[in-house]
Amino acid sequence: MSYKYHQFQVVGRGLPTETDEQPKIYRMKLWATNEVRAKSKFWYYLRKLKKVKKSNGQMLAINEIFEKNPTTIKNYGIWLRYQSRTGYHNMYKEYRDTTLNGAIEQMYTEMASRHRVRHHCIQVIKTATIPAKLCKRESTKQFHNSKIKFPLVFKKVRPPTRKLKTTYKASRPNLFV
Amino acid sequence: MPFKRYVEIGRVALVNYGKDYGKLVVIVDVIDQNRALVDAPDMVRGQMNFKRLTLTDIKIDIKRVPNKKTLVAALEAADVKNKWESSSWGRKLIVQKKRASLNDFDRFKIMLAKIKKAGVVRQELSKLKKETTC
Repeated sequence: MSYKYHQFQVVGRGLPTETDEQPKIYRMKLWATNEVRAKSKFWYYLRKLKKVKKSNGQMLAINEIFEKNPTTIKNYGIWLRYQSRTGYHNMYKEYRDTTLNGAIEQMYTEMASRHRVRHHCIQVIKTATIPAKLCKRESTKQFHNSKIKFPLVFKKVRPPTRKLKTTYKASRPNLFV
Repeated sequence: MPFKRYVEIGRVALVNYGKDYGKLVVIVDVIDQNRALVDAPDMVRGQMNFKRLTLTDIKIDIKRVPNKKTLVAALEAADVKNKWESSSWGRKLIVQKKRASLNDFDRFKIMLAKIKKAGVVRQELSKLKKETTC
């Protein structure tokens, strides 16, 4: 499973000056497609929080964070702040996924489709793994059933490789299971 | 026409697209409307879209997300491999695989066998024809 968004831990601080020999070190966890973008995002957020820029700061470490248990399903809650056409809003969204990167990817695609918000207008405030009892959204809670059972209603059979795909077929497809 | 094959924990499915094409996997949990957590004895437990799965009639008795040992034991207990290979669907797939892996000499042998079989059938038919006309 290759994910578009990777989670990085970025650590940086302002450059030491005569007045401030040991400037405070700041660490951020953020999502980006690659390391370069992660570093850029780090300075973007840090500029908003502290009086420091990339030109008078230094990057100390950047590490990718990988999912600890990618074979278990978790409910992720994501708090985000996004810019719509008329202003800034906060949002809380829930996703069921095996990895946090997968949930973030779901979040970005869903925000783009439902609210027409592009990637650069979204700021992730907080993410958390939510235990099943505390989930708020019905669409995640409906899968919290140990005896879950549903039929697959519309089953379009695809050719097993894209090479075997043809534009015209001899007969109409059978869509039942 | 009610539905007979359901997506449920323990349902055996055939992978019909992608890297694991042709494998039998067990649905171990449902992530959301489109994806399931899927496991098989020879692969790491992972997620798969329902579009890549074709459900079979076989269902085994497991709890939600069993560990590998329990899963293999349940597969043995339900005798999934033999049930699959004796079902008409499973047999067809085995024949398809065999046909795809033939070399020229095998195809020659099959040609001779087909001719022989057709000869025997035609002899019996002519015998029956003679009985009815005379």
